[in-house]
Amino acid sequence: MVSRISSDCGRELVVTLTAPVSGLHLNWLPVKDNRPKNLDLYTVRFPLPAITSILHRISGVFIFAGIFVLLWLLSESLTSESGFRNVQEWLAATPVKLVIWAILAGLLYHLIAGIKHLVMDMGIGETLEGANIAAKLVVVFSAIAIVLAGVWIW
Amino acid sequence: MVRNITNFGRNGVSDWVIQRVSAVILGVYFVGLLGFMLLSPDLGFAQWQALFSATWMRIASLAALLALCAHAWIGMWTVFTDYLTEYMLGPKGTVLRFVFQAASVLLIFVYLVWGVQILWGL
Repeated sequence: MVSRISSDCGRELVVTLTAPVSGLHLNWLPVKDNRPKNLDLYTVRFPLPAITSILHRISGVFIFAGIFVLLWLLSESLTSESGFRNVQEWLAATPVKLVIWAILAGLLYHLIAGIKHLVMDMGIGETLEGANIAAKLVVVFSAIAIVLAGVWIW
Repeated sequence: MVRNITNFGRNGVSDWVIQRVSAVILGVYFVGLLGFMLLSPDLGFAQWQALFSATWMRIASLAALLALCAHAWIGMWTVFTDYLTEYMLGPKGTVLRFVFQAASVLLIFVYLVWGVQILWGL
Protein backbone atom coordinates (compact mmCIF):
# COMPACT_ATOMS: atom_id res chain seq x y z
CA MET A 1 0.00 0.00 0.00
CA VAL A 2 1.05 3.60 -0.45
CA SER A 3 0.61 6.38 2.04
CA ARG A 4 1.45 10.04 1.74
CA ILE A 5 3.09 11.77 4.67
CA SER A 6 3.80 15.49 4.80
CA SER A 7 7.29 16.17 6.04
CA ASP A 8 8.29 19.14 8.17
CA CYS A 9 9.53 21.25 5.29
CA GLY A 10 6.30 20.98 3.33
CA ARG A 11 7.45 18.55 0.67
CA GLU A 12 5.42 15.41 0.25
CA LEU A 13 7.10 12.09 0.99
CA VAL A 14 5.82 8.92 -0.64
CA VAL A 15 6.43 5.80 1.39
CA THR A 16 5.56 2.32 0.23
CA LEU A 17 4.67 -0.05 3.00
CA THR A 18 5.16 -3.77 2.62
CA ALA A 19 3.34 -4.91 5.73
CA PRO A 20 -0.17 -4.37 7.06
CA VAL A 21 -0.53 -1.06 8.86
CA SER A 22 -2.43 -2.69 11.70
CA GLY A 23 0.70 -4.45 12.96
CA LEU A 24 3.58 -3.06 14.97
CA HIS A 25 5.27 -0.01 13.50
CA LEU A 26 8.38 -2.20 13.20
CA ASN A 27 6.65 -3.89 10.26
CA TRP A 28 6.59 -0.67 8.24
CA LEU A 29 9.45 -1.07 5.84
CA PRO A 30 9.90 1.71 3.27
CA VAL A 31 10.87 0.06 -0.02
CA LYS A 32 12.12 3.13 -1.85
CA ASP A 33 15.11 3.85 0.31
CA ASN A 34 18.26 4.99 -1.42
CA ARG A 35 20.35 5.39 1.70
CA PRO A 36 23.63 3.45 1.46
CA LYS A 37 23.75 0.36 3.61
CA ASN A 38 26.79 -1.37 5.02
CA LEU A 39 25.70 -4.52 6.73
CA ASP A 40 28.78 -6.55 5.83
CA LEU A 41 30.01 -7.15 9.37
CA TYR A 42 33.43 -8.27 8.11
CA THR A 43 34.08 -4.73 6.91
CA VAL A 44 33.16 -3.31 10.33
CA ARG A 45 36.08 -3.26 12.72
CA PHE A 46 35.13 -3.66 16.36
CA PRO A 47 36.75 -1.01 18.55
CA LEU A 48 38.47 -2.27 21.74
CA PRO A 49 35.61 -1.24 24.09
CA ALA A 50 33.23 -3.35 21.95
CA ILE A 51 35.58 -6.35 22.22
CA THR A 52 35.96 -6.01 25.99
CA SER A 53 32.18 -5.63 26.27
CA ILE A 54 31.37 -8.80 24.32
CA LEU A 55 34.07 -10.66 26.29
CA HIS A 56 32.34 -9.52 29.48
CA ARG A 57 29.18 -11.22 28.25
CA ILE A 58 30.96 -14.35 27.02
CA SER A 59 32.88 -14.69 30.29
CA GLY A 60 29.62 -14.23 32.20
CA VAL A 61 27.88 -17.08 30.39
CA PHE A 62 31.03 -19.21 30.72
CA ILE A 63 31.45 -18.76 34.47
CA PHE A 64 27.71 -19.34 34.99
CA ALA A 65 28.39 -22.87 33.69
CA GLY A 66 31.77 -23.03 35.49
CA ILE A 67 30.06 -22.51 38.87
CA PHE A 68 28.87 -26.11 38.48
CA VAL A 69 32.50 -27.34 38.62
CA LEU A 70 33.36 -25.04 41.53
CA LEU A 71 30.30 -26.14 43.56
CA TRP A 72 31.20 -29.77 42.83
CA LEU A 73 34.74 -29.25 44.16
CA LEU A 74 33.48 -27.31 47.19
CA SER A 75 30.91 -29.99 47.97
CA GLU A 76 33.45 -32.82 47.74
CA SER A 77 36.13 -30.91 49.68
CA LEU A 78 33.74 -30.29 52.59
CA THR A 79 32.22 -33.77 52.90
CA SER A 80 35.12 -35.44 54.71
CA GLU A 81 38.88 -35.64 55.17
CA SER A 82 39.06 -38.15 52.29
CA GLY A 83 36.86 -35.94 50.10
CA PHE A 84 39.28 -33.07 50.71
CA ARG A 85 42.19 -35.31 49.69
CA ASN A 86 40.26 -36.38 46.56
CA VAL A 87 39.94 -32.75 45.51
CA GLN A 88 43.65 -32.19 46.16
CA GLU A 89 44.45 -35.18 43.93
CA TRP A 90 42.12 -33.98 41.15
CA LEU A 91 43.69 -30.52 41.29
CA ALA A 92 47.12 -32.06 40.77
CA ALA A 93 46.15 -33.33 37.31
CA THR A 94 46.98 -31.09 34.35
CA PRO A 95 43.55 -31.28 32.57
CA VAL A 96 41.80 -30.29 35.82
CA LYS A 97 44.30 -27.47 36.31
CA LEU A 98 43.51 -26.20 32.80
CA VAL A 99 39.75 -26.25 33.51
CA ILE A 100 40.22 -24.43 36.82
CA TRP A 101 42.51 -21.90 35.17
CA ALA A 102 39.90 -21.26 32.45
CA ILE A 103 37.14 -20.74 35.03
CA LEU A 104 39.41 -18.52 37.13
CA ALA A 105 40.37 -16.53 34.02
CA GLY A 106 36.66 -16.02 33.27
CA LEU A 107 35.99 -14.94 36.84
CA LEU A 108 38.94 -12.53 36.94
CA TYR A 109 38.10 -10.99 33.57
CA HIS A 110 34.41 -10.65 34.50
CA LEU A 111 35.40 -9.08 37.83
CA ILE A 112 37.80 -6.54 36.31
CA ALA A 113 35.46 -5.61 33.44
CA GLY A 114 32.69 -5.34 36.04
CA ILE A 115 34.75 -2.96 38.18
CA LYS A 116 35.22 -0.83 35.06
CA HIS A 117 31.43 -0.79 34.65
CA LEU A 118 30.90 0.37 38.24
CA VAL A 119 33.54 3.09 37.85
CA MET A 120 31.89 4.33 34.64
CA ASP A 121 28.48 4.19 36.38
CA MET A 122 29.89 6.79 38.77
CA GLY A 123 30.46 9.03 35.78
CA ILE A 124 34.21 8.52 35.54
CA GLY A 125 35.61 8.14 32.04
CA GLU A 126 32.31 8.48 30.20
CA THR A 127 33.94 9.90 27.09
CA LEU A 128 35.20 8.24 23.91
CA GLU A 129 38.79 8.71 25.09
CA GLY A 130 37.92 7.54 28.61
CA ALA A 131 36.18 4.42 27.29
CA ASN A 132 39.21 3.53 25.16
CA ILE A 133 41.62 3.97 28.08
CA ALA A 134 39.31 1.99 30.39
CA ALA A 135 39.09 -0.86 27.87
CA LYS A 136 42.91 -0.95 27.59
CA LEU A 137 43.23 -1.01 31.39
CA VAL A 138 40.77 -3.93 31.54
CA VAL A 139 42.87 -5.88 29.02
CA VAL A 140 46.16 -5.14 30.84
CA PHE A 141 44.90 -5.83 34.38
CA SER A 142 43.04 -9.00 33.43
CA ALA A 143 46.02 -10.31 31.43
CA ILE A 144 48.26 -9.81 34.49
CA ALA A 145 45.66 -11.38 36.82
CA ILE A 146 45.14 -14.39 34.52
CA VAL A 147 48.90 -15.02 34.19
CA LEU A 148 49.30 -14.76 38.00
CA ALA A 149 46.40 -17.19 38.45
CA GLY A 150 48.21 -19.62 36.15
CA VAL A 151 51.40 -19.25 38.18
CA TRP A 152 49.41 -19.90 41.37
CA ILE A 153 47.76 -23.04 39.95
CA TRP A 154 51.03 -24.57 38.65
CA MET B 1 10.38 -6.88 20.24
CA VAL B 2 10.90 -8.72 23.49
CA ARG B 3 8.51 -7.88 26.30
CA ASN B 4 9.80 -7.51 29.86
CA ILE B 5 7.87 -10.37 31.40
CA THR B 6 10.73 -12.72 32.27
CA ASN B 7 13.30 -10.33 33.68
CA PHE B 8 14.25 -10.52 37.35
CA GLY B 9 13.04 -7.32 38.95
CA ARG B 10 10.09 -6.60 36.64
CA ASN B 11 11.57 -3.32 35.46
CA GLY B 12 14.85 -2.11 34.07
CA VAL B 13 15.87 0.19 36.91
CA SER B 14 15.27 -2.53 39.49
CA ASP B 15 17.33 -5.01 37.44
CA TRP B 16 20.07 -2.41 37.00
CA VAL B 17 20.34 -1.87 40.78
CA ILE B 18 20.10 -5.58 41.68
CA GLN B 19 22.76 -6.44 39.09
CA ARG B 20 25.18 -3.95 40.63
CA VAL B 21 24.48 -4.72 44.28
CA SER B 22 24.84 -8.48 43.62
CA ALA B 23 28.02 -7.76 41.63
CA VAL B 24 29.60 -6.02 44.63
CA ILE B 25 28.59 -8.89 46.98
CA LEU B 26 30.01 -11.48 44.58
CA GLY B 27 33.19 -9.48 43.99
CA VAL B 28 33.90 -9.06 47.71
CA TYR B 29 33.16 -12.75 48.41
CA PHE B 30 35.32 -13.97 45.50
CA VAL B 31 38.28 -11.74 46.33
CA GLY B 32 37.99 -12.62 50.03
CA LEU B 33 37.90 -16.35 49.39
CA LEU B 34 40.74 -16.10 46.87
CA GLY B 35 42.76 -14.09 49.38
CA PHE B 36 42.16 -16.68 52.11
CA MET B 37 43.36 -19.48 49.81
CA LEU B 38 46.41 -17.47 48.72
CA LEU B 39 47.34 -16.74 52.34
CA SER B 40 47.00 -20.36 53.45
CA PRO B 41 49.15 -22.40 51.06
CA ASP B 42 49.11 -25.55 53.21
CA LEU B 43 45.41 -25.53 53.81
CA GLY B 44 44.05 -28.63 55.54
CA PHE B 45 40.60 -30.14 55.81
CA ALA B 46 40.06 -29.02 59.43
CA GLN B 47 40.82 -25.36 58.65
CA TRP B 48 38.73 -25.47 55.45
CA GLN B 49 35.72 -27.01 57.18
CA ALA B 50 36.04 -24.67 60.16
CA LEU B 51 35.91 -21.71 57.76
CA PHE B 52 32.75 -22.83 55.97
CA SER B 53 30.92 -23.99 59.09
CA ALA B 54 31.46 -20.66 60.91
CA THR B 55 28.19 -18.73 61.18
CA TRP B 56 29.57 -15.52 59.65
CA MET B 57 30.93 -17.50 56.68
CA ARG B 58 27.60 -19.29 56.21
CA ILE B 59 25.87 -15.91 56.14
CA ALA B 60 28.44 -14.53 53.68
CA SER B 61 28.22 -17.64 51.49
CA LEU B 62 24.42 -17.57 51.48
CA ALA B 63 24.51 -13.89 50.55
CA ALA B 64 26.92 -14.69 47.72
CA LEU B 65 24.74 -17.62 46.59
CA LEU B 66 21.59 -15.48 46.48
CA ALA B 67 23.53 -12.70 44.74
CA LEU B 68 24.75 -15.26 42.20
CA CYS B 69 21.18 -16.38 41.48
CA ALA B 70 19.93 -12.83 40.90
CA HIS B 71 23.06 -11.80 38.96
CA ALA B 72 22.96 -14.87 36.71
CA TRP B 73 19.23 -14.45 36.04
CA ILE B 74 19.67 -10.82 34.99
CA GLY B 75 22.80 -11.56 32.95
CA MET B 76 21.34 -14.53 31.11
CA TRP B 77 18.10 -12.64 30.49
CA THR B 78 20.05 -9.74 29.01
CA VAL B 79 22.07 -11.99 26.71
CA PHE B 80 19.13 -14.13 25.58
CA THR B 81 16.77 -11.21 24.95
CA ASP B 82 19.50 -9.54 22.87
CA TYR B 83 20.44 -12.45 20.63
CA LEU B 84 17.69 -15.09 20.78
CA THR B 85 14.98 -12.92 19.25
CA GLU B 86 12.63 -13.04 16.26
CA TYR B 87 14.56 -10.12 14.83
CA MET B 88 17.83 -12.08 14.89
CA LEU B 89 16.62 -15.63 14.23
CA GLY B 90 13.10 -15.44 12.81
CA PRO B 91 10.07 -17.16 14.36
CA LYS B 92 12.21 -19.80 16.09
CA GLY B 93 13.90 -17.03 18.10
CA THR B 94 11.10 -16.91 20.67
CA VAL B 95 11.11 -20.69 21.09
CA LEU B 96 14.89 -20.81 21.50
CA ARG B 97 14.82 -17.94 23.97
CA PHE B 98 12.17 -19.71 26.03
CA VAL B 99 14.17 -22.96 26.05
CA PHE B 100 17.46 -21.25 27.02
CA GLN B 101 15.81 -19.12 29.68
CA ALA B 102 14.03 -22.10 31.17
CA ALA B 103 17.32 -24.04 31.21
CA SER B 104 19.19 -21.19 32.91
CA VAL B 105 16.44 -20.76 35.52
CA LEU B 106 16.60 -24.50 36.20
CA LEU B 107 20.39 -24.34 36.59
CA ILE B 108 20.06 -21.34 38.93
CA PHE B 109 17.60 -23.34 41.04
CA VAL B 110 19.99 -26.32 41.11
CA TYR B 111 22.83 -24.02 42.27
CA LEU B 112 20.63 -22.55 45.00
CA VAL B 113 19.47 -25.90 46.42
CA TRP B 114 22.92 -27.49 46.04
CA GLY B 115 24.66 -24.50 47.62
CA VAL B 116 22.33 -24.50 50.63
CA GLN B 117 22.89 -28.26 51.00
CA ILE B 118 26.67 -27.76 50.96
CA LEU B 119 26.55 -24.96 53.52
CA TRP B 120 24.12 -26.60 55.95
CA GLY B 121 25.09 -30.21 55.36
CA LEU B 122 28.37 -29.83 57.20
